[in-house]
Parts: sequence; C-alpha cells; structure tokens
Amino acid sequence: MNSKVQNKIAIGVLYGIAGLVVLILLALVGYILVSGLPKVSWHFLTTPAKAFLKGGGIGIQLFNSFYLLILAMLISFPIALGAAIYLYEYAKDNWVTNLVRTAIEILSSLPSVVVGLFGFLFFVVKLRLGFSILSGAFALTFFNLPLLTRSIEDSLHTIDDKQREGGLALGLSRWETVTRVILPAAVPSILTGVILSAGRVFGEAAALIYTAGQSAPALNFMDWNPFNISSPLNPMRPAETLAVHIWKINSEGIMPDAKAISSGSSAVLVIAILLFNLAARYLGKRLYKRLTSA
Amino acid sequence: MTKSPEQLEQELKRRSKAAKLEIWGRVVSFSALILIVAVVVAIIGFVASKGLATFTTNHVNLWDFLSGKNWNPSLTDAHGKPEVGALSMIVGSFLITVLSAIVATPFAIGTAVFMNEISPNRGAKILQPVTELLVGIPSVVYGFIGLSVVVPFTRSVFGGSGFGILSGTCVLFVMILPTVTSMSADALRAVPRYYREASLALGATQWQTIYKVVLRAATPGLMTAVVFGMARAFGEALAVQMVIGNAALMPQSLVDPAATLTSVLTTGIGNTVMGSLQNNALWSLALVLLLMSLVFNLIIRLIGRKGRLQ
Repeated sequence: MNSKVQNKIAIGVLYGIAGLVVLILLALVGYILVSGLPKVSWHFLTTPAKAFLKGGGIGIQLFNSFYLLILAMLISFPIALGAAIYLYEYAKDNWVTNLVRTAIEILSSLPSVVVGLFGFLFFVVKLRLGFSILSGAFALTFFNLPLLTRSIEDSLHTIDDKQREGGLALGLSRWETVTRVILPAAVPSILTGVILSAGRVFGEAAALIYTAGQSAPALNFMDWNPFNISSPLNPMRPAETLAVHIWKINSEGIMPDAKAISSGSSAVLVIAILLFNLAARYLGKRLYKRLTSA
Repeated sequence: MTKSPEQLEQELKRRSKAAKLEIWGRVVSFSALILIVAVVVAIIGFVASKGLATFTTNHVNLWDFLSGKNWNPSLTDAHGKPEVGALSMIVGSFLITVLSAIVATPFAIGTAVFMNEISPNRGAKILQPVTELLVGIPSVVYGFIGLSVVVPFTRSVFGGSGFGILSGTCVLFVMILPTVTSMSADALRAVPRYYREASLALGATQWQTIYKVVLRAATPGLMTAVVFGMARAFGEALAVQMVIGNAALMPQSLVDPAATLTSVLTTGIGNTVMGSLQNNALWSLALVLLLMSLVFNLIIRLIGRKGRLQ
C-alpha cells in the first residue's frame, strides 16, 4: 500500500507543478497581451517615436526591425545553406569535421552581448561602418548562423538516403543530387527552420545595441534611393529596432509614456513571434503537401 | 563526322560539365563552412586581444582583477593602482545563474515528466506548443515584465528599491524555464519505451518507474538541459540589466542592487573611450564572459560523452 500512496502523492505533485508552470506561462503571455494590446493602434504602429513628449509611435523601429531581419537573412541564409550542405553531404567523419562542429557549437552558445561587442569592435570601429544597419545585419548574421546551419542540417537529415542513391544511380553528380533532388525535398522543413530563426533574430536586442545603434533618425518614406541619408533603404544609417527601443526607453528614456509604449511594443513583438511560429507550421505543412503530393 | 583519335582523347580527358559543377559546388559549400569557423576564431581572437590588454598594456594584476571587490576603473586606490576588481560582478553573475537554475530545474523537469509520462495527450496539445512559443519570446520582453511586475512586487514585500539579485533570479527563472523544459522533454522522450514496460511489468508503480528508471536513464540529457539553461542565464544581458539595479558592489543581500558581468558591459561600453583603461577593463569582463561560455560548452560535451558511454 505504501508505494501506492507514494505514487498518488508524487503524481499529484507533478500535476501541481505542471499546472503551476502553465499558469506562470499563460499569465506571462496574458499580461503582455492585456497590458499591451489596448495601446496598439494604426497610429501607434506608423508614427515615429517622440523623445520627450507623449503619443509617440514605433513606426520607424518596426520598419527597422523588418529591414534588419531581411538583410540579416539574406546574408546568413546562403552561408548557412552552404555550410550545412558541406557538413551533411560531403564532410567525412574525422577530426576536422569534429573541430568545425565544435566551432559552430561555440558560436551558438556565445552570449549575444559578446557577439554584439565583437560586431562593435570589428564592423563599427575597425571597418568604420559606424552604427549602421549593415553592422547590425552582420552581427545578427553571426548570431543566426549556427542556429540556421544546424536546422538546415537537420532538414537534410530527414531526407531518405534512397533519394541520394537514386540521384547518383541516375548518373547525377553529388552536387546535382543535392541541388536537384535533396534540396527541393527539404524545402518545407528548411523554410520552417528559417522562419523560426527569423523569430529569434526579430527579437534580438543585445547584439544590436552597439552595432545598429540606439537612435532612429527620421525617415522619408517617399525616398527609396538607398544612397540618400533619409531613405528607409539606406544601409548606412543607424537603426534602432523594436527590441532595442523597449530596452532603451526603459533604461534611459525620459518620455512620459515610456511604460505604455513599452507594453505596446512588447505586445507587437510577441504577436510577431507568434505569427512567425504559426506561419512556420502552416507553410511547412502546406508546402510539404504540395511538393510531395502526399 | 568522325573525330580524330587526338580530338577524342582530348574530349575524354577534359573534365565534363558535371564534374566542373561538382567541384564548384564543393568549393562554394566548403568556403561557407570555413567562413563560419573564421568568424568563431575572429570573435575569440579579437575579444581575447582586447581583454588581455588590461593585463599587458595597463599592467593590472590578474589576481587583483579577479579577486578585487572595488570596481571603479576611472579611480586609483591608495597604491596608485586602478580599481578594477571584478569579483562583485563575477559573484553577481554566478549567483543569479545558480539561483535561477536551482529554482527552474524542479519545475522544468516536473513539467517535462508530466507532459511525457503522465499525460502525453495534454502534453502534446497544450504544454508543448506553449513552451515552444515561450522559448522564442525576446529577452527584452522578459526584462520589461520584470521591471513592471517583479520589481514593484519585491519592493512592496522586501522594501528597498526592488532592484537586485532576487528580481534578476525571478526574471531569469521564467526566461530559462521553457528552454530547460523542452530540452528535458526531449531527453525523456529519448528513453526507450521498453524500459518503462519492463519496470511496470516487474510491478513497479508509475512513480517508481519514473523515479527509478526513466529519470535515471535520462540523467545525462536532463543535466545537459540544466547546464544549457545556466549558460543562457549567465550570458543574458538586457533582461538582467533592467532589473538588477546596476550597482557594482559586493552583493550583501538578495534584495540590494547588484551587477553582473553582462549588465556592466551593456551600460559601460558606450560611455568609455576605446583603448583607455576603463574600456579595456570592460573588454576583460567580456573575455571572462566568453571563457565561461566555453566552460559551459565543455561541461555539456563532457556530460554528452559520459551519457554515450553508459
């Protein structure tokens, strides 16, 4: 009987723990949404921030976040794809490969603030790029590369070896097998990985404070010439992102409605991440159906 | 049209288009890999060279740096040496890391056991999507919640400013909870099903099976999850910086303002001049941070190796 009582108590405790965790996590998301959503309006999402007055928005920051995300993805995706292909399709299991894998693991475990500081030292100071979108995009690339490489490698891993053998048996070279057979089959899961990592990049702030900078100069959204200083596309302008904005106004901001703006921005960030997650699931499933006619 | 033997020979000896493509692909994908390795080497090299400058060009004693309690790089002490004792921040970083891991571990493993062993249905439907979503919530959002909920709460309960190690621990606890939970769940999922069946067939209760068989078999994986959470907590900058109070003093209690390596770095690096002692001292902190993340990495590897041997 004793062990049966113990069993009941233990399982009861586990129920309690799980319930508590769900409660904490739901309270967290609930708090973010309930306190933040009422502040979100079209006006809030599109107007520029004000430094000293009430009623500023997050328009420029939101644009910066997406622009940086796209640039960082454009830089990091081809590199991660190449690295993953080599690691999974070509690399032999020897000490060099081991070393490379270790390096990637180290990069993924580096604190993002260290990555940001390196970006500051190398791109902002040494290469004289200044606080700019470009410096920020490179820092985000470093932050993103190990995650993306691993997720693409996992996607390649899910493709059956019979596909590779089939390609080779048809007389294709390895590279052709990869590009014509393996990659198309792996697209859905690669895409899922890309979107999920985009979510992480979107919310990153520590790596950006000292690379993309903490200021958001006024932009002229009618001017799409990347070489003009007020153009939104100019990669050499400093660009405070949404996540950096939340940090900045909470630690140094003097605007009277900093709290309201931060809760609104937090809600926008969390909803964006939620959308990234849902999109990854949905697109992954849909593409898989379409491409495999399953 | 017939070809001369020489022409034929040349054509056969020349690399085909496919072979050229193959070499091209190999080179391109290999150079991408090399680029990543170069980035890692560059990061470690740059941060190390900057961080060591405090000791080589500014002649600060390494031991003074690691054990000194006064952090005031712009001032000099009675012996005319700069006050760059980093102990208070190192202690602060370790304290919040260990405390948040201690609080988070039972919750994370308990939840993982629940969603894997007790109620897999609810686990897959509710717990897993929720934890997966929360892994992706940006750390500044955690910091902001800490600032607007946790700090006022500790202020009203314990008095003082509310900023401090306790608030930092609370924020980090919630922040690493989803990560540790989902990694622990992965570790439990990797335990073969027949372990459980064998244990239950021997007459063990469900709890006995969980406690004596499943948890033991999954120990290396669970430890990896916890160490991973600790590494994340140790390196977290902004969420901690927002709630810790940023006073580089030796922590006297859990509710006094304190500082961590990361919080001093984020607030300080923009306010110092490149190449000055104040700046170099901060880079030394970054180097400590980098070395610690290498140590965490090493621990995870060692655990993994041990787990494989068993």
